[in-house]
Amino acid sequence: MTTLDLTPATAVKPSRRPLAAQTLMEAKLILRNGEQLLLTIAIPIALLVLFAKAPIANIPKPRIDFMTPGVFGLAVMSTAFTGQAIGTGFERRYGVLRRLSTTPLSRAGLLVAKTSAVLAVEILQAVLLCIVATSLGWSPHGSIAPVIGLLALGTATFSALGLLMAGTLRAEATLAGANLLYLLSLGLGGVAYPLSDYSHGVQDILGLLPLTALAGGLRATLDRGGSVPLHDWVTLLVWGAAGATAAVRWFRWD
Amino acid sequence: MAAVAVSHLAKRYSPTAGVVDVSFEAPSGTVTALLGRNGAGKTTSVEVCCGLRRADSGEVRVLGLDPRRDHSRLASRVGVMPQTGGSGACGIYPSVRVAEVVRHYASMYADPLPVPALLERLGLVEVTSTPWRRLSGGEQQRVSLALALVGRPEVAFLDEPTAGLDLHARHTTWALIRELRDAGVAVVLTTHALDEAEALADTVTILDRGRVVATGTPAELTQQAATAPELRFDADPGLDTADLSRALPEGAQAREDRPGHYVVGPQVDPEVVAAVATWCAGIGVLADNLTTSSRSLEDIFLEVTTVDQP
Repeated sequence: MTTLDLTPATAVKPSRRPLAAQTLMEAKLILRNGEQLLLTIAIPIALLVLFAKAPIANIPKPRIDFMTPGVFGLAVMSTAFTGQAIGTGFERRYGVLRRLSTTPLSRAGLLVAKTSAVLAVEILQAVLLCIVATSLGWSPHGSIAPVIGLLALGTATFSALGLLMAGTLRAEATLAGANLLYLLSLGLGGVAYPLSDYSHGVQDILGLLPLTALAGGLRATLDRGGSVPLHDWVTLLVWGAAGATAAVRWFRWD
Repeated sequence: MAAVAVSHLAKRYSPTAGVVDVSFEAPSGTVTALLGRNGAGKTTSVEVCCGLRRADSGEVRVLGLDPRRDHSRLASRVGVMPQTGGSGACGIYPSVRVAEVVRHYASMYADPLPVPALLERLGLVEVTSTPWRRLSGGEQQRVSLALALVGRPEVAFLDEPTAGLDLHARHTTWALIRELRDAGVAVVLTTHALDEAEALADTVTILDRGRVVATGTPAELTQQAATAPELRFDADPGLDTADLSRALPEGAQAREDRPGHYVVGPQVDPEVVAAVATWCAGIGVLADNLTTSSRSLEDIFLEVTTVDQP
């Protein structure tokens, strides 16, 4: 029989190691999950190729220049909101969050690890989307700073909304709800179908969606080389602040 | 000061559920068993000690610290094995492999146990590459125990650590718990297995409906409750104990403690043993497990805990 020295440890743990370990684990879990990969990588790339090449919808030309910013926004939503909500919802159901809270990893550390893993996956998404879009003739305009700012704000906003959903609903309800909102946003959020296809009244309402703001803001700079409209910044900020406030108030760990 | 000190803990979920008044201490280098039926308040007490729940009232100190307020200072010093939930969940990612999750937890601590040796000791070497969801219930329990111990804790809270284990794995776990105690760890375990409490615990605290109804070493509990040995035997339920009592020497009485389990007392001597054997032989009944002893922990447990009416 193997002998174990079970004498209690006395050293105090540095706080960064649990965080790094958890970030790595979160990223591995996302990339290992087939459904998550489909949602975060395969669907955005497939949509980009399909809508850029096939004569679907009344998309301004060059189609790839219109589609790429919207798909960037969709990719952020798929990882930060849909994937994170579903993953966290089931972790909550399985008691993973609860058990982790008994380890040296703090709750704040867990949220930082989740966000870091989301950012790591988003970088992978961005690289792949850039490669595919460039190969399809995409030529981006504008400066990189507002793009990074929008992607960061979009990630924070969708993360807050995803965690709000995961922390308040049952795992099955989160699974259904997050996928439904993803599909609705895909159709109504200005990703593949220009908002100009809708009446003015509907446009005003759809313009309040977080994905519409993110896709619209990215398109304003990447497609048209202009500045990001204040309306898009404010819309994302309001959704993010409301989501984060509600998540802090109502998120349940078990 | 005891590693774990709980004083008049209360945590109510409803007027009839939760913990009403629980006090116990768990010194370092001892095993303390919280014994009780389902719903007695064992898990809630442990969860408050782990900082997973906030107490309504009472005082809880673990290593001299408040489990919630000082959670960040305590977490690296305490190992927790939660109870397996109804869906088999006990806080582990279903898709993660055994060695991977144990290494992951080990990486959170400064001086963890060597993962290969821990897996070997718990009989998990052959499933190191198996995802959690494909493990048997007993294997899942052992992985959960490994996660609780990998950080070399000063205090280990083990919530029903042997539930679902086969006999061999159960004894392996018992041996490991004894080694933890010998290494100076304060072990607090919950169980409703009386033999487990009797075999492992230095101190037993019996809970019933959220209150402590008895506490002491197993020997103290059994000695407090019985001053004289009794005779016990098992046979078919429903024997005529009045007739048996008439056949016994003067002063001795027989009763059916629970279906098929008979007790003769208050005094036992060779004449009583002979009378019981003769009476059983006379009606053609085999007196199985016939013993003379003081009352067991099981008897004490049944005496001090309430029975739900169907």
